[in-house]
Amino acid sequence: MKDKRKKVYVDVLLRQEKNGKIRPLALTWENGEVYEIDKVTEVCKAASLKAGGAGLRFTCRIRGRESYLFLEEDRWFVEAKL
Amino acid sequence: MKKVILHVDCNKFYASVECLHRPELRGLPMAVGGSEASRHGIVLTKSQEAADYGVKTGEALWQARQKCPGLIVVPPNYPLYMRFSELARKIYCDYTDLVEPYGLDECWLDVTGSGLFGDGESIAQEIRNRVKRELGITVSIGVSYNKVFAKLGSDYKKPDAVTVIKESNFKDLLWPLPVRDMFFVGRATEKKLKSCAINTIGDIARCSEEYMKLILGKHGQTLHAYAWGLDRSPVRHMDEAAEVKSIGNSSTAPRDLKTENDVKVMIYVLAESVGRRMREQGFRCKTLSISVRDKDLQSFSRQIKLSGYTAATGELAARAMDLFNENYDFKKQKPIRSIGLTCSDFEHEARAVQLDLFGNAQKRLEAEHLDATLDELQARFGKGSVRRGVVLTDRDLSDFIPGSGFNPFKEKPGSD
Repeated sequence: MKDKRKKVYVDVLLRQEKNGKIRPLALTWENGEVYEIDKVTEVCKAASLKAGGAGLRFTCRIRGRESYLFLEEDRWFVEAKL
Repeated sequence: MKKVILHVDCNKFYASVECLHRPELRGLPMAVGGSEASRHGIVLTKSQEAADYGVKTGEALWQARQKCPGLIVVPPNYPLYMRFSELARKIYCDYTDLVEPYGLDECWLDVTGSGLFGDGESIAQEIRNRVKRELGITVSIGVSYNKVFAKLGSDYKKPDAVTVIKESNFKDLLWPLPVRDMFFVGRATEKKLKSCAINTIGDIARCSEEYMKLILGKHGQTLHAYAWGLDRSPVRHMDEAAEVKSIGNSSTAPRDLKTENDVKVMIYVLAESVGRRMREQGFRCKTLSISVRDKDLQSFSRQIKLSGYTAATGELAARAMDLFNENYDFKKQKPIRSIGLTCSDFEHEARAVQLDLFGNAQKRLEAEHLDATLDELQARFGKGSVRRGVVLTDRDLSDFIPGSGFNPFKEKPGSD
């Protein structure tokens, strides 16, 4: 079965480092639950074919699982399972 | 040294960007189309699935729906397309600063001095992969030693492909193509060439240069040179703005124009806009052209030389009306659907004006001063704060903002 996803915009808590880099620390899900980001393993420009969009893609480890977090212009979104 | 030039063409650009953002549309016949309520209902681009049904760019949406009953039509989102166009150009600029856009979805790149990144073909492959990965859309790229062959190369294989046109293979690859595929060959030129039994690009090349000149004049010589790959035009630097050669606006009327006064209202609104844009740039023009399309989509254009350089709205509109009246007769011809006005052949306003014996030039300058004052008033108090009486005679017709459609780089017909 095809892995269907939808685009969900989320609130993100960030740290801006002194060298200008940004690092997302936690995101708040639609229901208000906060997920801490344990580690960012990769940052690259990429399109999200599953949810629809393109921007800077952060590969994050959250509660032991890998997820993509996208920064599209000035908003953040994730590819949520349907 | 031979140049290495790439022509990158984003495949079915508007439709691809829409499908990226709406995954539910992928794999379905869809088209990006204008608003039917305001009579702009034509296909701007279509997806491959819609193209398979025979849907063509530029045709009316109702025609497209007849061919493809389940066609999904989405309205255009120009700011989004602009953003993607900009992102694609940023990728190209990683390889060279010689990037010349041609519309929103096409660019020429001169990578002669970009050996650090590999040869032309490997740069093209890298760009193709990066655009797909980073933007989620596909491009087709032509690699060659001149701009014309590079463009033919990008059309050669679509989508998501790279075609290399070399001196050793251009005759095999390009000469069998129909003349219509050649740059600068439109419907009229194609007809002329076909009437002389010139059907392919190879036929153009095999004719003598003199013969081509005989058929098409100077344009024929250019096409002959192009068919042999003798195009030396440079790729512009990304910061170099294209020279403004003409300024124009056109609009489809909310209802068909049936009387001279209807046309007059439209012409004045267009002349106001074109005149203001010319004055903003500090230009005056000497050539004025109008384009007229009737309700059966038959169109023609006519142009005249003005008696002197001008940027005065009143004079532009009056000359445009003269030109229209000389060429159109509502008793014999059909009602009009859309109308356009374009000025070209510019001179800068800073140049001295030769006054004449009868004071026409003086009157013209006075009219321009008045227009400049009106421009200032509109800038301070808003568009429409001062209007000409004629445009108030029919507010339905005059209540449109010329250029509010879209035309940042002059859209090309069939640019998918």
